Amino acid sequence: MASNVLFFLFAGFAIACAISMVYHKNPLYSAVSLVGVFIALSCIYITLAAPFIAAVQVLIYAGAIMVLVVFVIMLLNMDDDKPLSRLRYLYAVGGGLGLILLAQTFFIFYAVMRTPKHAVNADETAGNTLSIGTAMYTEYLLPVEIVGVLLLMAIIGGVILVRRFDPGHLKLVVDNELERRHEEDEKDDFRIAL
Amino acid sequence: MEPSLETYLALSGILFTIGAVGVIFKRNALGMFMCIELMLNAVNLTFVAFSRYYADVTGQLFVFMVMSVAAAEAAVGLGIIIAFFRNRISIDVDDASILKN
Repeated sequence: MASNVLFFLFAGFAIACAISMVYHKNPLYSAVSLVGVFIALSCIYITLAAPFIAAVQVLIYAGAIMVLVVFVIMLLNMDDDKPLSRLRYLYAVGGGLGLILLAQTFFIFYAVMRTPKHAVNADETAGNTLSIGTAMYTEYLLPVEIVGVLLLMAIIGGVILVRRFDPGHLKLVVDNELERRHEEDEKDDFRIAL
Repeated sequence: MEPSLETYLALSGILFTIGAVGVIFKRNALGMFMCIELMLNAVNLTFVAFSRYYADVTGQLFVFMVMSVAAAEAAVGLGIIIAFFRNRISIDVDDASILKN
């Protein structure tokens, strides 16, 4: 009973935070709402007897990735999200896609509910760090090594992508862009920001 | 008594739907990035739920892999967003039309 109550509490919190993330125009509010979703999911993982995944969820998602996102939001200092202007038909596309996905969700719900109940295995050791570590470094050693190489490539790619231009090129880019937009007075602000 | 498998799947489906709709509705690249993270998390929830109900640790290892890919995606994706901002002084995806003309 208690785990039922906890599940619906955190599920409601996760859905509310997710809707708030999509609803808010300010990227910083969206980021904070997304942290709320991550924390709620982490609590649900604990009710699913997966403490390792719950800890990693908080460390990697709520810790590392969202800090990166918030850094970028602060660095770029952009305006609020503009409402859809040219692509008004996207509202219809998005609404239709959402309805289709929700229908699929409830079809799955119905199908799983109708299948004969698979007895929950009461083996509580399946989620602990020892069993994950054993599987990771014996059976799944090659994928773990590949993930290491992937992360190295991502680090190198990130550094190469965000390295600075030389000042001449930067000036050219800013001048071209602002001339296109006829916003001469904001030129100095952008130079400082970049 | 604990929640059954299908309630976890329903929660995951709802979160995935919100993320997918958000990708279409958001105009700035960072918002779309965050919606994609939400979709990845929804899939992670199904992995953990199945891992629990079949008492198999493989699902949690897949979650670990998905998290690694999400971290790599964050590094490269945010790098692309910053490089895009330096070229167009905007991260609105409607402005990403350099290849069009």
